[in-house]
Amino acid sequence: MTRDDLRTIVLRHLGDRAPEADLTRLRPDRSFRDQLDLDSVDFLNFLIALNKELGIEVPEQDYPHLVTLNGCLDYLGKRLVK
Amino acid sequence: MADFLMPTLGADMTAGTLVAWHKKPGDAVRRGEIVADVETDKGTIEVEIFTSGVLEKILVQPGETVPVGTPLATVREEAPAATPSVTATKVSKTVAAAPPAPAFPASVPAAVEAGRLRISPAARELARKLGVDPIGLQGSGRGGAITREDVERAAQPAPSRPLAPPAEDRVARMRKTIAAAMVRSKREIPHYYLHTTIDMSRPLAWTAGQNQHRPLTDRLLYSVLLLKAVALALRKTPELNAVWNGERAQLLPDIHIGMAISLRQGGLVAPALHHTDRQSLDVLMKSMRDLVDRARAGSLRSSELSDPTITVTSLGDQGVEGLFGIINPPQVALVGFGTIVQRPWVVEGQIVPRRVMTATLSGDHRVSDGHRGALFLAEVDRLLQEPESL
Repeated sequence: MTRDDLRTIVLRHLGDRAPEADLTRLRPDRSFRDQLDLDSVDFLNFLIALNKELGIEVPEQDYPHLVTLNGCLDYLGKRLVK
Repeated sequence: MADFLMPTLGADMTAGTLVAWHKKPGDAVRRGEIVADVETDKGTIEVEIFTSGVLEKILVQPGETVPVGTPLATVREEAPAATPSVTATKVSKTVAAAPPAPAFPASVPAAVEAGRLRISPAARELARKLGVDPIGLQGSGRGGAITREDVERAAQPAPSRPLAPPAEDRVARMRKTIAAAMVRSKREIPHYYLHTTIDMSRPLAWTAGQNQHRPLTDRLLYSVLLLKAVALALRKTPELNAVWNGERAQLLPDIHIGMAISLRQGGLVAPALHHTDRQSLDVLMKSMRDLVDRARAGSLRSSELSDPTITVTSLGDQGVEGLFGIINPPQVALVGFGTIVQRPWVVEGQIVPRRVMTATLSGDHRVSDGHRGALFLAEVDRLLQEPESL
């Protein structure tokens, strides 16, 4: 899977949590929780959706790695390679 | 024969617009089944019916706006009615003649019922407006649900966002409804406010320990412990789980916490987690996740909006340390939780860093006093120090 493919998947699931948001304006280096006003339930639902599609279980201690779009792509990309 | 009435879904709701019927005359209906969508100032709500039988005649057509309590349809009941007339939900100003509570699901609501398309009310309405037949569409929402985006893609190569429905109008109407309720609350309810600081070390450690061994789908958030602790504490101070009927407080037999959920385009809803005190943390957690998802998608049910007996709100995710909320009438109390911060704390004479959180109670002084409110907050604290018992 390419990084662009992964980006498409991540953005789709973010869009499900924030359907009114314009994701083309999402800054990849800033917390998307802040940009999209996602709360802790939204974030958990987002991770569960990613898990369902990618099969990646994210331990709680790794949550801080997934607060930005770039962070998500880096983390998930590494996990997929493993 | 029974009437299926336009429900009241909030203290200040006076009318609603029938958006769509899910049943036609001659169809069987079951108690708790969603039979229509109603547009209110809080968005489009799925309305459940509280009787079983056969839908006899539709009296209000899609697009019509009618006052609360107007018969929308007649139902030929299967068995003799238990009450003279069966309403879709209770009138919020009094619960003296409340119909039987809806059947509470033992677990998260099931997936698609046979023959019922899984589509949010907003998507269904958009499909109708754009002339798109939703049957056969591939849903991209949770559980394969058809979303508004799916409908738009099917209709034309339109931009995926922003969306066509007049969201600004809906937000403006919602704010107007909230404004009316809050002004009424401040005018009529003599509020008192209490706050306490709770050491969250044990509940947080317990939750983290639980989640280490749980898959993502089963993980707990500490907020579900807060909800359960509030629900159990209400058993000891039942006067906080009541409604004001204009003359006196009416204690309610069941505890349905209304969980405040902010809507990103503006507005706030507080749908019910039914029988919060009776559910396990696992069931509550799944219900909470489902409720937030459906609130975001505009797919809440009438019983979820009409049944809350108390509201709990948390601004912890936004970094607010404490809040003193305005009670949502006809409820008589509101509980607020702030964010978790690390503070110096005295333990056995030593100052240690502890993660603490502010809990607040807004109480209706016509119904309860500060002493009882203080007992309630103390009980919430005590329960949180024994998270394994929640």
